[in-house]
Amino acid sequence: MTSSLFWMIIGATLWLLGLHGLLTLRQALRRIIAFNLMGSGVFLVMIALAARSQPSDPLLVALVVTGLVVAVSATALALRLAGVAQGQEHSKGQQEPRQ
Amino acid sequence: MTELLLDGLSWLLLIGGLLFFVAGSIGLLRFPDTVSRLHALTKADTLGLGLVIAGLSLRADSLWEVGQMVLIWLLLLASSATACQLLARQAGEEPRDD
Amino acid sequence: MTEWLFDGVLGLLLLGLAFGALHGRNLYTSVLLFIAFGLALALIWARLGAADLALAEAAIGAGLTGVLLFTALARQPGPADLPDATGTRLRLGAAAVVLPMLILLVQGLAPLSAVEPRMPALITLHLDEAGVSHPVTAVLLNYRAWDTLLELAVLLLALLGARQLGPRPLELAEPWPLLRAWARVLAPLLVLAAGYILWRGASAPGGAFQAGALLASGVVLLRLSGLVPRLRWSFTPLRLLVLGGLLVFIGVALMTAWLGEGWLTYPSGAAKLLIVLIESVATLSIAASLSLLVVGEGEDVSS
Repeated sequence: MTSSLFWMIIGATLWLLGLHGLLTLRQALRRIIAFNLMGSGVFLVMIALAARSQPSDPLLVALVVTGLVVAVSATALALRLAGVAQGQEHSKGQQEPRQ
Repeated sequence: MTELLLDGLSWLLLIGGLLFFVAGSIGLLRFPDTVSRLHALTKADTLGLGLVIAGLSLRADSLWEVGQMVLIWLLLLASSATACQLLARQAGEEPRDD
Repeated sequence: MTEWLFDGVLGLLLLGLAFGALHGRNLYTSVLLFIAFGLALALIWARLGAADLALAEAAIGAGLTGVLLFTALARQPGPADLPDATGTRLRLGAAAVVLPMLILLVQGLAPLSAVEPRMPALITLHLDEAGVSHPVTAVLLNYRAWDTLLELAVLLLALLGARQLGPRPLELAEPWPLLRAWARVLAPLLVLAAGYILWRGASAPGGAFQAGALLASGVVLLRLSGLVPRLRWSFTPLRLLVLGGLLVFIGVALMTAWLGEGWLTYPSGAAKLLIVLIESVATLSIAASLSLLVVGEGEDVSS
């Protein structure tokens, strides 16, 4: 097993950990973390592919740098949406008459 | 002969630094409350990093590299002391049990 | 042999931190372990020879994402320590779905590790005409400049989307004097480091994204210590900074399409100048967008 294959397996496992979390977890923050883990798994597979050559394949590294910035902006927007949704649920829960 | 001596000394310092890091981590896991954990972690980690840098500077190519590493250590000293003080103050003001 | 030990320990540490981040005791633990996960990932990028990515991951993935998650955690209306209420049957069922996928994925990926990549040779072949000598920067700002342009557009879209959701005041406690003093010491160091990384990106790992992320962390630190007033989109210089990167990039694209040989095909000889121009404006733009996304406070639409 080469080093590249080892890291690809770790990346695939990370992706599946995130997928499992997305399927079973209920809290919004944890689901956003799970989604981020899936993204990091994909990045790890790509960089493992880049590490096949010495020095690392610059094309894949550049694509992952781009992907990282896109992932952080998506996470920021997702956290804002989750915050607004929770705020609405909370105020709705307070308005409904207790049964 | 001096090369062998320098190599041996560098290994000794690196292993010493490693032992301090391990000691700090054991303190993190075993001490009962936040303040004592912070104490163990901050002191052991900065001293461990100092020893690692001393060991690495014996292997460095130029004085420039050694100067850079010492600057990094000084920055880490300042920032970990500050972080430790802030965390300890927060732990003192809002005691949470975990 | 020692390399295998190192790789194995790093890989297991990463998976352990990921598991802890997902299924931690409470949300606070999850967020902390996720930040540690980001740092372990940065170490792995450095191990795999992607130094630019390691810089970006440490600044963005561990630093800025950590602040994002903590501000979101602080806004949780209910107690943040409720564990997740998912039955064991659902978890086992999901695991039963996911485990065969692991085997399929590994079977699909395994042949790829033996394929010899062709791209690095092609990239180094034309590197002298690219304008910079670091291959990753050349890819980001010359060979695949379109991707970078669209990425700036994506940042802007996320910012606009967040703005639509209405005001979000940051309730900061009175900052302690030590924090203020430390922020005053760190901020100029961060600006210096950002400028250095931007400049060195032409010949060594670095570049616009890493520099922009460092500047954004400096601004976030200053805002959280109360040394900088509220960041609002309606503040015109800030707005110009955010839009500047994208506009300059589109301007260069239009000029090369109109007067040159094609969209974003830099004329030979002018490549370095154009790259320096785009990178400097893009750094400021990325810094402004990231700081607005993390600590920006939306204002009421009516004002």
